[in-house]
Order: sequence, then C-alpha cells, then structure tokens
Amino acid sequence: MTMIEHDKIKGMSDRMAAAEVRGRSPWADARRRFLRNRAAMVALFVLAGVILFALFGSHFAAWSYDSIDFSVMGSAATQGAPSMANGHYFGTDDLGRDIFARTVQGTQISLMVGIVGAGVAVIVGTLYGATSGYVGGRTDQVMMRLVDILMSIPYMFVLILLLVIFGRRIEMLFLGIGLISWLEMSRIVRGQTLTLKNREFIEAARAIGVPSWRIIIRHIVPNLLGVVAVYATLLVPLMILTESFISFLGLGVQEPLTSWGALISEGAGTMRYGTIWQLAFPLGFFCVTLFAFFFIGDGLRDALDPKDR
Amino acid sequence: MTAKPLLDVSDLRVTFPIRREGDMPWTPPRLLHAVGGVDFTLNPGETLGIVGESGSGKSTLARALIGLAPATGRAIWQDGTELIGLSARQMLKYRADIQMVFQDPLASLNPRMTVGQIIAEPLTTHHPGLSRDQVKTRVKQMMERVGLLPNQINRYPHEFSGGQCQRIGIARALIVEPKLIICDEPVSALDVSIQAQVINLLADLQRDLGLALIFIAHDLSVVKHISDRVLVMYLGRVMEIAQANSLYATPQHPYTQALLSAVPVPDPELERAKTIIPLAGELPSPMAPPSGCVFRTRCPRAQEACAATPPALLGEAQHLTACHFPGPLTPQEIARAVAEPQPA
Repeated sequence: MTMIEHDKIKGMSDRMAAAEVRGRSPWADARRRFLRNRAAMVALFVLAGVILFALFGSHFAAWSYDSIDFSVMGSAATQGAPSMANGHYFGTDDLGRDIFARTVQGTQISLMVGIVGAGVAVIVGTLYGATSGYVGGRTDQVMMRLVDILMSIPYMFVLILLLVIFGRRIEMLFLGIGLISWLEMSRIVRGQTLTLKNREFIEAARAIGVPSWRIIIRHIVPNLLGVVAVYATLLVPLMILTESFISFLGLGVQEPLTSWGALISEGAGTMRYGTIWQLAFPLGFFCVTLFAFFFIGDGLRDALDPKDR
Repeated sequence: MTAKPLLDVSDLRVTFPIRREGDMPWTPPRLLHAVGGVDFTLNPGETLGIVGESGSGKSTLARALIGLAPATGRAIWQDGTELIGLSARQMLKYRADIQMVFQDPLASLNPRMTVGQIIAEPLTTHHPGLSRDQVKTRVKQMMERVGLLPNQINRYPHEFSGGQCQRIGIARALIVEPKLIICDEPVSALDVSIQAQVINLLADLQRDLGLALIFIAHDLSVVKHISDRVLVMYLGRVMEIAQANSLYATPQHPYTQALLSAVPVPDPELERAKTIIPLAGELPSPMAPPSGCVFRTRCPRAQEACAATPPALLGEAQHLTACHFPGPLTPQEIARAVAEPQPA
C-alpha cells in the first residue's frame, strides 16, 4: 500500500519536474495528414522535379536557348526531331533553336509568373481582406466596393493595354498579374474574417486591450492561413494560365525569351508539318505542372480542414 | 461599506440599433434595449453574483463594463474615472485592472497559440518592457497557481480538457494582477464535478489576492455558494439586489421568488413538497419592453399602477427591490398563479 502511494507521488513529482512538453500544433496535425495523402505527395515530388528542371536544366543542355543550329535550320521536320546524338533532346523549332533549352527557360518564366502572382495575392489580399473584415462598418464598405470596381474592369483588356503601351516587358507582365491576382483573395479572406471576428478568443483579445493591428496579425491571420494556403496553390496555375494566354496571343515575353504559352503557341502553329515534338514537350510540362498544383491544393484542403471534406 | 466602492455603476444602458433586411438607408433603425438602466456598486474584494434567465442582459452588462459593447450611463472606477466613453487608448490603463473569464473555455483560446503565448498575452500587452525570460517565469508561476503543470507551457488548447481550458482562461485573466474579474458564466459549459473545482479555485484566488468578482450565472445555487451579494436581472433591469443570505432567505420581488422556487432541491421528499411558482408566457421582446415595470406582464401580483410608472430600486441599504408591491407572495397569490398560468 505504502509502496503504491510512494510510486504515485514519485510519478507525480517526476511529471512536475519533467522538461517542457512539446505541444502538437494544428499545423503539425495538418502536416501529418498531408504526408499521408498519396496523390498530393506524388504531385509534390513531380512539382519538385519540374522546379529542379527549371533551376538546373540549363546545365544539361547542349545548346543555349537563343542560339540557332544552322545545320537543321529550315529542315526542322526532317532533321530537327528529338535526338540524343546532336544534343537536341527535345528536338528543335523551325529556326533550329533547341527546344530543351527553350523549355527550361520557358518553365522558369512561367513558374515565376505563377509564384509572383500568388505571392502578391497572399500578402496583399490577406492583409487587405482581414483589415476590411475586422474593421467593418463604413471602412469595410468602401474597401470592398473598391475591389468590386477593380474586378468589374475586364482585366485581360487592361493587361493587353499595359503591354501594348509600356512595351512587352516582363516587369509589366508581373505588375499586371500582381494587380489583378489579389482581388479574389481579399474577398475570400474578408468572408473568413467575418466569421472569425465574433469568436470568443477575438473578444478575449479585445478585452485584454490588444491593439487592432496585433489582433489581425496574431489572431486573425494565423487562423486564416489554411484557407489562404489552399487558395494560393490553386491560384498559381491560374496565373500560369493567364500568362500563357497572353503569350499565346503573342503579347507576353519578348523573344528570344520564352514561356510555356509562347512555346505552345509556336508548336501549335507548326504541328501540321509533322513537328509534333515542338508542341508535345512544352505542353507536357505545362499539363503536368498544373495537375501537380491542383493535387497539392486538394491535399492541403483535406489536410487543413478535415471536417470540410 | 466604509471604503470607497471599486466600481459605482448608475443608469448603465446598452442599446443596439437593429436594421431589418430591405430597410432603406434613411429608415431609422429599431432599438433593442439589452440593458435598460442598471445601478449597482461593487466594493473591493467583494463578489457580486448576477442571475437572470437567458436574454436578461447579464452578458451584455458584463461586456459593457469591459468596453466590448457600446454603453451609456456612468461607471465610476475607484480613482474617480468615468469608464464609459473612454477612448481605446485611455481605456488601456484600466483594462489591466478589469479582466474577464469567458463562458466557452475552448472557444475563448486561440487554437493556433500555445498556452504560454495565450497566458502571456495580457502581460506583453500591458508591460511590453518585460524580457522573454521574465514573462516565461511569470506564466509558469501563474500556471502552477491555477493548478496546471508548468511544463505544459508549449501545448495547444485542443490538447486540454474543458476544465483545464477554463483554468488557462483564469490564468490569463489573473496574470496582470487585476482588481476586478468579470466571470461570464464561467462554469456553465463544464461538468458538475469540474464546476466545483473551478468555483473553488476562483474563491481561493479571490481570498488570496483580494480580488473583486462579478460572477454571472444562471445557476442559482452556484451563485449562492460564491457570492457576497446577488443582483437579479430581468429584461435588462435590476429587479432586486441584496446580501446573498438575505436574498435567498427573504426574497422581496415576485420575480426573485419565482426564480428561487424553481431551483431543484437534491432531496426527493422536499422536492415533491415544494411549490414552483409558474411564470406565464415568455420573456417579452427587448425591442418593445412593457411600459412601467417590465415584469408586470408575467407577475402574479400585477396591478394597474405597475403599468403606469417603472418602480424605483428602493429598500433598506442592504436589500433593494424594484417593485411597487414588494414582499413575499401570499398563499392565495401563489395558488392563483398555479391554477391560472395565463393572467389577463
């Protein structure tokens, strides 16, 4: 009997003296669920592959993206096919430029457009939407009407005008895409903020006297990040698509630089002459990357919101 | 009663404008009188229990005192400052003195913050100069004080039980050494056994630290256990305020009597023997409160005078009642109320 008591007390004192226990944060839970999602993990590896390809592919290319191989120029259909022997792993285009090197270069531009667009959306959209929703009242009305007005402008038209007036510069493309990408995000974030705003822990923070900006940064935004992360991964392919469309129209990046959209456009123009590789390789990368992003987005949603499945 | 009161509240009102769907912007909004003129004083170190049925404005009163709901009237702090109408910046000084414990233990804790961060938040807000180590030491001391293991400082709220979460909430309220804690139904979301633990913890802390408590609940026996004085609310008004013993032994207001008669007695013999005074109808809408005494529509003793003028809060110094005809209900009145639950 006394032994048992002794053990009990010892166990308790051990627990009291034990080192600080590490908590299992909601983020750690989500990470575990994400790692168990097979489709999302495969997509993550594929995406990592595409990113590595964009970063280091140029080291493996035998040709640079803007140099012309005069031996195949003009006869791309017969001599420009993919071949290990002459270093054109993905073949050449009609001008005799190496498709492999150009795909690497196009992947860089397209991924960058997607990530910059989503990044602007996450930072600007989250802060704008959270502020609007938390402050509420007239401020909210004005801020959201501004978003409505910006959304009602046909953005493709504005983007095309921007590129026509200021020249086909890559910075203009980033600026234009950045300008439009955050609008939808700010609306979603505002909606989420409105539901969070009346939760008791926000009231508790207000009762303590935490200033509004700190409530937004410390209490609102961390509880929004799940939704934001999901939406951001779905936004990246959307931005890539937008850029591809602009490039497909011939307004995107300036030659000899290229992007997926420009490559697909060129490939589509010549596919009737039997040079299907000019289309197939950029299009393959494009599709695989978009799929990967969508699967990751899905996986994130399931991991962060297990109840909402 | 010799010392200056910690808080002197008079004619505190909270009114919400209600806009209906489809109203034009220039249509004046309808007004919801959640709290309609409440007076009370609170002495240092005292516990004031506030009881009343759902919708009687208890929580709104608490939120008004802490500056979360827009209020008019007067609420004078010990040092003579008028708390109502202070700007956020001016109010900040008093927020450290008045803290709040919330009803839902888990919902009042941010799920993305660790317990240590949650408890430290008032401290870092009011004393930004403290070093990280000082904050951590104080948080750990406070966790131990409320009966939590200090080594759980890095855990998240979802890893704790309801009672533990409420202890975290209490620790958060206590860490800035307030003079007044407002507890908004702190135990109504907990099991009965845990309720007792949390209430005893609050009572211990109050005794040791000399805190004043405003304890809101709809459980009359809990309020009786912890309170020095009790305030009974109905539809945003004070019906009766008295020393706890006096109020429970000799309730003067018919509403208090009805409320007390409904408390279950844990003895089947007595429970069968007692008479519950039924109250007719529903709580009236706070958008259109009855004229005169707000309780008259359900009062077994209502007369014409009750509809004419609202009764003032009168009585001896220790026992105030807002009723034109205070006093225990006669057996005839009780019999009438039981026989005819729908008075004209």
